[in-house]
Amino acid sequence: MSAGRLGKDLLGLEHLSADDIRLILDTAEPFKEISERAIKKVPVLRGKTIVNLFFEASTRTRVSFEFAEKRLSADTVNVAAAGSSVSKGETLVDTARNLEAMRIDMVVMRHGASGAAKFLADRIKSNVINAGDGKHEHPTQGLLDLLTIRDHRPIEGTRVCIVGDVLHSRVARSNIWGLLKLGAEVAVCGPQTLLPMGIEQLGVKVFRRVEEAIEWAAVLNVLRLQLERMQAGYVPSVREYYRVFGVTLERLERAPRELLILHPGPMNRGVEIDSRVADGPHSVILNQVTNGVAVRMAVLYLLAGGRPELAESAKGAPER
Amino acid sequence: MADVLLVDGKVNAVSPNLAARGDAEVLDAAGCVVAPGFVDLHVHLREPGREDVETIATGARAAVAGGFTSVCAMPNTDPVTDNQAAAGFIVSQARRAATARVYPIGAVSLGQKGEQLAEFGELVAAGAVGVSDDGHPVATAHLMRTALEYALSFGIPVIDHCEDVSLSAGGSMHEGLVSTRLGLKGIPRAAEDVIVARDLQLAELTGGHLHCAHVSTAGAVAMIRAAKARGVRVTAEVTPHHLALTDAACEAYETNAKMNPPLREPGDLEAVRAALADGTIDCIATDHAPHHYDAKEQEFDNAPFGVVGLETALGVAITELVETRVLSLAQLVRCLATRPAEVAHLPAGTLAPGAPADVVVFDPAAAWTVDPARFFSKSRNTPFAGRTLRGLVRWTIVGGGVVHRGESAAAR
Amino acid sequence: MPPEERQLLLDASAIERTLHRMAQDIVRQTPDPALLVLIGVQRRGVEIAARLAAIVAREAHVDVPRGQMDITLYRDDLEVVGPRPLVGPTELPVALDGRLAWIVDDVLFSGRTVRAALDQLADFGRPARIGLAVLIDRGGRELPIQADVVGERVATAPGDRVDVFVRELDGRDAVEIVRGAKGKA
Repeated sequence: MSAGRLGKDLLGLEHLSADDIRLILDTAEPFKEISERAIKKVPVLRGKTIVNLFFEASTRTRVSFEFAEKRLSADTVNVAAAGSSVSKGETLVDTARNLEAMRIDMVVMRHGASGAAKFLADRIKSNVINAGDGKHEHPTQGLLDLLTIRDHRPIEGTRVCIVGDVLHSRVARSNIWGLLKLGAEVAVCGPQTLLPMGIEQLGVKVFRRVEEAIEWAAVLNVLRLQLERMQAGYVPSVREYYRVFGVTLERLERAPRELLILHPGPMNRGVEIDSRVADGPHSVILNQVTNGVAVRMAVLYLLAGGRPELAESAKGAPER
Repeated sequence: MADVLLVDGKVNAVSPNLAARGDAEVLDAAGCVVAPGFVDLHVHLREPGREDVETIATGARAAVAGGFTSVCAMPNTDPVTDNQAAAGFIVSQARRAATARVYPIGAVSLGQKGEQLAEFGELVAAGAVGVSDDGHPVATAHLMRTALEYALSFGIPVIDHCEDVSLSAGGSMHEGLVSTRLGLKGIPRAAEDVIVARDLQLAELTGGHLHCAHVSTAGAVAMIRAAKARGVRVTAEVTPHHLALTDAACEAYETNAKMNPPLREPGDLEAVRAALADGTIDCIATDHAPHHYDAKEQEFDNAPFGVVGLETALGVAITELVETRVLSLAQLVRCLATRPAEVAHLPAGTLAPGAPADVVVFDPAAAWTVDPARFFSKSRNTPFAGRTLRGLVRWTIVGGGVVHRGESAAAR
Repeated sequence: MPPEERQLLLDASAIERTLHRMAQDIVRQTPDPALLVLIGVQRRGVEIAARLAAIVAREAHVDVPRGQMDITLYRDDLEVVGPRPLVGPTELPVALDGRLAWIVDDVLFSGRTVRAALDQLADFGRPARIGLAVLIDRGGRELPIQADVVGERVATAPGDRVDVFVRELDGRDAVEIVRGAKGKA
């Protein structure tokens, strides 16, 4: 039975099983095809109301979700709540209750505080999909990264290194969970100031120089270096970061094998990654974007619908 | 096994088979322990300024419900307790409440701003028994040195909340694997250890009395142990929650496990327990910190630090320390009553004849379940909600009057 | 619990004969075989469509293009039953406009699968005509849908189950009825 197979919400990959993750990836495959059709729509979520509740500005993730929702025939509403809920004056608790009072079916939320998605999910009956909560997780990004890698090689046994500001990255955390559960070998690379405490205890290797990471890995997932990090003193300068940790064409050419290059975007060209790499033949950055819509369609589909008590009475009902 | 006779607000005699006099109230304490009333060196009563979450009256009532007959009220109120009027206000409010004795702790610096020394002399004359900038660390080494030296004239401890704010800034829980998994900025052990080290050096330099508030790390314990061995005048306290919980309690972003200093790792838990047992840490103090339900009902990063503790302290201590044989009951009473009274030079913590009749009678075996809705405190922010603890107060007596009658174990 | 009562309805050679008859019916109902396209409904409709296409191609001397559809995303019972795994690809190799399209499925029962298939086809194009060919019609319709070409009609009760096995997927060809079994989960 698949009613509520993934539960009510998708808050992160940490607590999903490998089977659940594979189910989402397998479900995403046929959804890729729908985006290639002339009529890019199926009626699966017809009549469902979905709110995209974004407390942090984001164009690409929000648009990706919006396409996914509309291609499943859902009705979507975008709410851009600028700034934190505290500064806005309305608490997250009140936001939750208002949404529930409007009988929203699903909420896709991005918020600046770690744990905010769970906070919301615990308080409303609607499905909650975490589109990024603070530094905690960004599960659909993790899933689309997995799908993109899987398009090129099996995940099990593949060496994947996440390069950059892992400390502040929810994309990195989701990737780490997903990759470990599906049997990849995982490493992180960056200055120690940007690597979180205890990461080795999760079974992740640490490289302090990007040359070592490139030597080891088959796949690089390059993270954006936010310019705020310089102000907070984690890294002395952009120039230094590029010189020491930049994923450049020269470094890749010295690699022992052909690496697959991923980046969650948006890119700081010339900071963490060379344009020639980002636009080069081994970059699958645009595939990530395409897969993003398919993965999000799969997640919405798997979370939607299914009232088990109706399924009970429907058992024995004809299905043809 | 003995009887205790209280006459005119003082302990009269402790020995078997005493006779009751006249119309004295007789309390049958069979199966219970009769101990000096507990003393809590570290509570936040929120009055003046935040009477919506606690007042001196409700805090003192919660205290006696937990078996505490004396508490020391930290000065980070609004306005700050940095002058004699403020200290006097607390004393008179406590007298009106007529439950637990409340001793004010004065601020180290005016407004707790970390710049100018407060008037220790005036504060002590108005009833203060110590000084602290708790809520914040004493801002600079120079200020701490000056405070330790100046306090020598008044025989009071300088109580420091040891935290290097440049290391802890932005953090909301212990820095470790759990904070990494939850995506929360962590507060490293070093943030506490760095200031403990500073303060121990200054206590040694000045000969002043340093009292380390809410010790939470193995490193701090080790340094305090070494300093005591060298003869430094340092005392220390630990909270019940640091004796019972680790950072794992923050899983699921539980804001009632968010406090400062944060819950640490199992190694730190072991270290503070051992320190309490060997006397490196002198006493238990709750750091009772009431917060409004709405304030804790927020994203973890935005929720305020602190948990209440007066009404669960005994239960947590017996369940986590006595039943596990870390401490004997006698040692526990020392940590809850005798030692804290000695640290702050209070007339408490003893049942010697002539001592004030501040007594707690508790049943160490009674099991009960923590229900925050039944707290006498106005606030409900406890990490122990729903837990079953052993150890329940039956009666609390202050100055010879019964100020709290607990339900019997059967009624709970 | 009483054991399931399983009854063989069609064996391999009976299925072969039935498919031949169906193919002839299709040809008879098709004015211009060059415009044919057979679209099998996942899962076993696909195999049946393949075999029918081969027979029709021989009889009418034309190439018969084949498509396949997974109608899971067009089901009308998502609310009740919940999301189901998608069982196979949806591929339509030719444009449908102006063609004579046949939906091919193994068993016709309530008619809801066919309704979903019609909705899905509509999103792909506009055939000149759509016909329905099924191997087994077991009655029990819930919608006004009828097949143009039927292999075999069988009377069933709501609690019965009709199982179709094809050698490409199941290793053998057979149609069996299980009487009184609980409906398919």
